[in-house]
Amino acid sequence: MSTPVSDKGSGDFVANLGKIYGFYTGGFFGFVLLLAVLEQVGVPNYIIGYLFVFLTLAVYAFIGIITRTQQVSEYYVAGRRVPAFYNGMATGADWMSAASFVGMAGTLFLLGYDGLAFVLGWTGGYVLVAIFVAPFLRKFGAYTVPDFLSKRFGGNLARFLGVIVLVCCSFTYVTAQIYGTGLIASRFLGMDFTIAVYVGLVGILLCAMLGGMRAVTWTQVAQYIVLIVAYLTPIIILSSQKYGLPIPQLTYGHAIADITAREQEMIAQGLATAAALKPHIQPFLTYDPLNYFGLIFCLMVGTASLPHILMRYFTTPSVREARVSVAWSLFFIFLLYFSAPAYAAFSKLEVYNTVIGRPLGDVRPWLLTYGQLGLIKICGVDAVSIDAIVTACQKIAGHAGVIRLQDFRIDTDVIVLSTPEIAGMPYVIAGLVAAGGLAAALSTADGLLLAIANALSHDVYYKMIDPRAPTTRRLIVARVLLVLVAILAAYTASTRPSDILAMVSWAFSLAAAGLFPALVLGIWWKRANSYGAVAGIITGFGLTLMYLVVTRYFPQFGVEFLGMTSNVNAVTRAPLVDLAKLAADPAVWNVSPVGAAHPLASKVGWFSVNNISSGLFGVPIGFLTIWIVSLLTPAPSQRMYDLLDSIRKPRGVAYLDEKPA
Amino acid sequence: MFFMLLLWAFFSFGIHYFVIDLNTIQFLGFPLGFYMAAQGSLIAFVLMLFWFAYAQDRIDRKYGVAED
Repeated sequence: MSTPVSDKGSGDFVANLGKIYGFYTGGFFGFVLLLAVLEQVGVPNYIIGYLFVFLTLAVYAFIGIITRTQQVSEYYVAGRRVPAFYNGMATGADWMSAASFVGMAGTLFLLGYDGLAFVLGWTGGYVLVAIFVAPFLRKFGAYTVPDFLSKRFGGNLARFLGVIVLVCCSFTYVTAQIYGTGLIASRFLGMDFTIAVYVGLVGILLCAMLGGMRAVTWTQVAQYIVLIVAYLTPIIILSSQKYGLPIPQLTYGHAIADITAREQEMIAQGLATAAALKPHIQPFLTYDPLNYFGLIFCLMVGTASLPHILMRYFTTPSVREARVSVAWSLFFIFLLYFSAPAYAAFSKLEVYNTVIGRPLGDVRPWLLTYGQLGLIKICGVDAVSIDAIVTACQKIAGHAGVIRLQDFRIDTDVIVLSTPEIAGMPYVIAGLVAAGGLAAALSTADGLLLAIANALSHDVYYKMIDPRAPTTRRLIVARVLLVLVAILAAYTASTRPSDILAMVSWAFSLAAAGLFPALVLGIWWKRANSYGAVAGIITGFGLTLMYLVVTRYFPQFGVEFLGMTSNVNAVTRAPLVDLAKLAADPAVWNVSPVGAAHPLASKVGWFSVNNISSGLFGVPIGFLTIWIVSLLTPAPSQRMYDLLDSIRKPRGVAYLDEKPA
Repeated sequence: MFFMLLLWAFFSFGIHYFVIDLNTIQFLGFPLGFYMAAQGSLIAFVLMLFWFAYAQDRIDRKYGVAED
């Protein structure tokens, strides 16, 4: 296909999608088999790792290049021609980030039942998307989420606030994706972390820059296929090996029973203390019920307000397709999420059986591989070599020379990447998992960068700075901004910010508090007006941001001026820190007023709500503010009432549709 | 639609409130409370959305507001 792509050419493309992606999937399986054969004939591991990473990157880039575009509506909303099924797949890839692919099973591994809050929150949110938001935004015909806010509430102030919320949540999120790419590339390609980050960046840019939404959509479909195959393969193998049935989602019930038995055994043999062991199926050990349900709530509402997800539903051909597409999205996401607990259970069982209780001199080599990356600690030191851990463990009084549960610390990000090695599978499986993780990180990063760049170019540049800018200049500005934002994000990631994973969870609370009340009331309550929306976004977003920043970085300020108290332990209900005692001890209290290292960081708050669930305050306040302020100020015009009636009905033209220039 | 919201609330929050009691029941070899959070609610969400897309479309057609 040549540029600019003719209508007929892309029509053929859409009609042949099934054939194209069927061929692609077959090709991918063939490629994996070929690499498996290569491994058997003795090709070294690092070459297999390189082949996996670079060939998949090349395929994504190729798709990105053949689907490049010069048309505005193609660039921003893929010409609104993406069928529901494929949009669902693309949304799945867009949604499932490095955190879902790499981090979720690890979190479940560590937290057991309490980790399921993430699984529930990140799926249930789509019900809210389908009922409240997506079909109506599609009918409205906006290009971006701030675009909707501006048209609905009139004026550029609402638009500008929307852009701020969008950039705040998306930027931390995209940084985490690039960080994830760097982690995977440095493990499997043996590159320096900083260089690996920029290699990932090139891959992202190749997909997103040339073709905008159109290219990103079709690459994301390809990436979804890679990531789901990569995620399911290891646990299907494990499940067949252990229980003789290749459906891990059904067999891991046995694995859980085995884990519970092994937990008892480890305590009996003195390999674990009751304090260090969190029984896998026991609920509310890490989060108490308030925080557990609070977290589910924030993640769900956050899902329904994250701009990079909502904008995917702008690309469907019709309102009906938008609704069906939400259902498909959830189905494709569900495929991975209901496997994640199985992943966690299988690898936990492997670790309990093959790591815990082993003599120190006899640890498996994979432990040291990850120890050298600083991701596994034994007896408090990085497991870089056997000598190092033996020395460290000897310093612990009464250590018997075997690894106990409380000696072993594994970074949650390692679980998925290392499971093939833990279970002793061929290296090709490990490479496949790495390719999948990379696909997950890249696809999400693409979507997020596009969301940021579109908001800046369409909302800030075109709508606020230069409304008469010609099409070509708008698209050039969009691309330049995309590259700038990407480089900034890569730079931030390369400094290895320590808080990055916490910040991703914060993004959900921020999006929830900042956008959800304005979006929902904007669609469902005609009386909501501009003043209310502006006030609601500011208070909801502001309160949530304030709670996050104060509890994390300025806990002392929170205690002294905002009446915050210590959070309590989920099981014993005892305060985590004794504030009265600390306040009396200036050496601790005044050590550093700011910073993550403060002894109170993330341990204080209101009503013992963790800062990860801070949307619990911001969302209701946002709703309340919009309601009160709207009632106190003049009602919107009759024209707006009519418009709102029309977006409830799927029939008729979209309000904002722009003719392709 | 309110029925959908009710179902959503039930599968998101309601059922997990009883996790400790439900864990005493076995289902497919899983403790039921754990199973509901890990798989049951998710399956319910997926089915609900497909059903919602179908039902809403039927309502739209009935009142003549569906797209052509």
